[in-house]
Amino acid sequence: MGNLKPYRFSFILIFLVLGLAWLLNISLGSVAIPFKATFSILFGGQVDIESWNYIIWNYRIPKAFTAVLVGGGLSLSGLLMQTLFRNPLAGPFVLGISSGASLGAALLLMGASLITGFASFSFLNDFSLALAASIGSFLVLLVVMIVANRVKDTMALLIIGLMFGSITAAIVSVLAYFSSAENLQRFIFWSFGSVGNLSTQQVILLSIIVCVGVLLSIISIKRLNAFLLGENYAQSLGVSLKKSRLIIIIATGLLAGGITAFAGPIAFIGLAVPHLTRQIFDTMEHRILIPSVFLYGAILMLLCDTIAQLPNSANVLPINAITSLVGAPVVIWLLVRKRKMLF
Amino acid sequence: MSSTEKHIVLAENLTVGYTPKVVSEKIDFQLNQGDLCAIVGVNGVGKSTLLRTLAGLQPKLSGSIQINDSNLESYASSKLAKELSVVLTEQPASKNLTVQELIALGRQPYTNWIGTLNEEDKKQVQESLTSFLLEDLQYSRCHELSDGQLQRVLIARAMAQNTPLILLDEPTTHLDLYHKVQILKLLQELAHRKQKTIMFTTHEIDLAIQLCDKILILDGAENPFGAPCELIEQKHFERLFPAEMVLFDAKTGSFKVNK
Repeated sequence: MGNLKPYRFSFILIFLVLGLAWLLNISLGSVAIPFKATFSILFGGQVDIESWNYIIWNYRIPKAFTAVLVGGGLSLSGLLMQTLFRNPLAGPFVLGISSGASLGAALLLMGASLITGFASFSFLNDFSLALAASIGSFLVLLVVMIVANRVKDTMALLIIGLMFGSITAAIVSVLAYFSSAENLQRFIFWSFGSVGNLSTQQVILLSIIVCVGVLLSIISIKRLNAFLLGENYAQSLGVSLKKSRLIIIIATGLLAGGITAFAGPIAFIGLAVPHLTRQIFDTMEHRILIPSVFLYGAILMLLCDTIAQLPNSANVLPINAITSLVGAPVVIWLLVRKRKMLF
Repeated sequence: MSSTEKHIVLAENLTVGYTPKVVSEKIDFQLNQGDLCAIVGVNGVGKSTLLRTLAGLQPKLSGSIQINDSNLESYASSKLAKELSVVLTEQPASKNLTVQELIALGRQPYTNWIGTLNEEDKKQVQESLTSFLLEDLQYSRCHELSDGQLQRVLIARAMAQNTPLILLDEPTTHLDLYHKVQILKLLQELAHRKQKTIMFTTHEIDLAIQLCDKILILDGAENPFGAPCELIEQKHFERLFPAEMVLFDAKTGSFKVNK
């Protein structure tokens, strides 16, 4: 496909916006820290109040970094799913990947204590939560994949994703009914979604997962472009369907599953950002889309998180509420303006 | 045909279908470089199944298919992509691609790991655009095109893939007579001028008789193959449809309704 040079300016612009969104995100929070102080802390200067320094370095910067990983990674996974399933409505939420993660988390947080009869916090650490959620999302992705191979109808795929959502909701409510208040609360908080409160090790692990996902996406660029013609055409262009599907699915599972595991099920980012990016960049070329979708996702997530923090107040809104409030109208607007969603 | 010409496709005692169901059997034909060949037959006789089997998109049941003197099965998919290209009845999955982007995808077998187009690739894309009268449309998106235009784009993509053999599944369906003739004449030109071997399924038997070098009639029995005039002389077209409904006029090479 064509020339990449015309996009250079746009990329410089996105990086600038990303920088600004990042600065905005770390300057605003429940504790009011003046912009001047934030800058001085960032560039190693001295500030009057020592706790500000601590808040910026140990809370806000890791949180902003996580928001970049979560927003970028989820958006990228949405792009991969839309291309792979040839479906403009595909995304981690719609296809039930997030539901799978929720189910894994619910079974661990609420089910384990039911079965064993005691809340075994020894294995209920954050890594086992991440593992359970990842396994859940991978299993759902696997089932979706098998179904996608059997039924050619892409609409059926979405319905199956929705059904998974319902099944998950049902099991979760049964578990919740029998669960202790404490475990239920843990699950509810996880399901609100959050990019804060991750330990350093968790942030490192999440970075590794996202990096592997991004790398796998980059090596699949040519195949993803071929998939735009449909699977039969892709095969006739020399693309090995089994191998490429596997690589793309692993990338999607790592991104969507890993992120959901650490940050909770975050709605709409994965679905809406690829469409927004296509509106702005007006291309289908994955060499452009992969980096730009990642960057836009990161920006949007930083902004959503900034809003969710309710600057200068002690309250924090569930980030899921914000992403839905931003994302759902975007999808509706796209449908109304474009009549049909193209991908 | 002189014996020095290369066999591009050779099928012997070929059976195609979906395991275990046989759709069509005892198919024998051979095509040389620069041959334009139509596959005709009634609905459901296995034209598309044969084409998909030749393209390596589904396995054959028995018999042999040779592409450029090697068994079809012996090709790695990346190698086969340089031997044959396809135009299918299915629409491209993304209709948001521009004409130029879609045609450039035909260069994938030749590009590097990330799909960068070099000078040769760009030249081939440009040539395909010109040959199929698409220069004015090159920045249009596929959902903006008419059926006839989209079909030309898909064939141009196959041409950009620059393979000795091009297989097309019903390239003229949904088109009016003018666009049917336009597509078939472009195919004929591609076959004769660029020495491509082109095989396509069609219901336009009258047009195929006028334009093709060879015709393969799938009749579910002996599957005759040959030049159109030979097939007319041997009265194969008369047997294609029930005579109480459709008659074949050997003089004009066309079908008439039996009133």
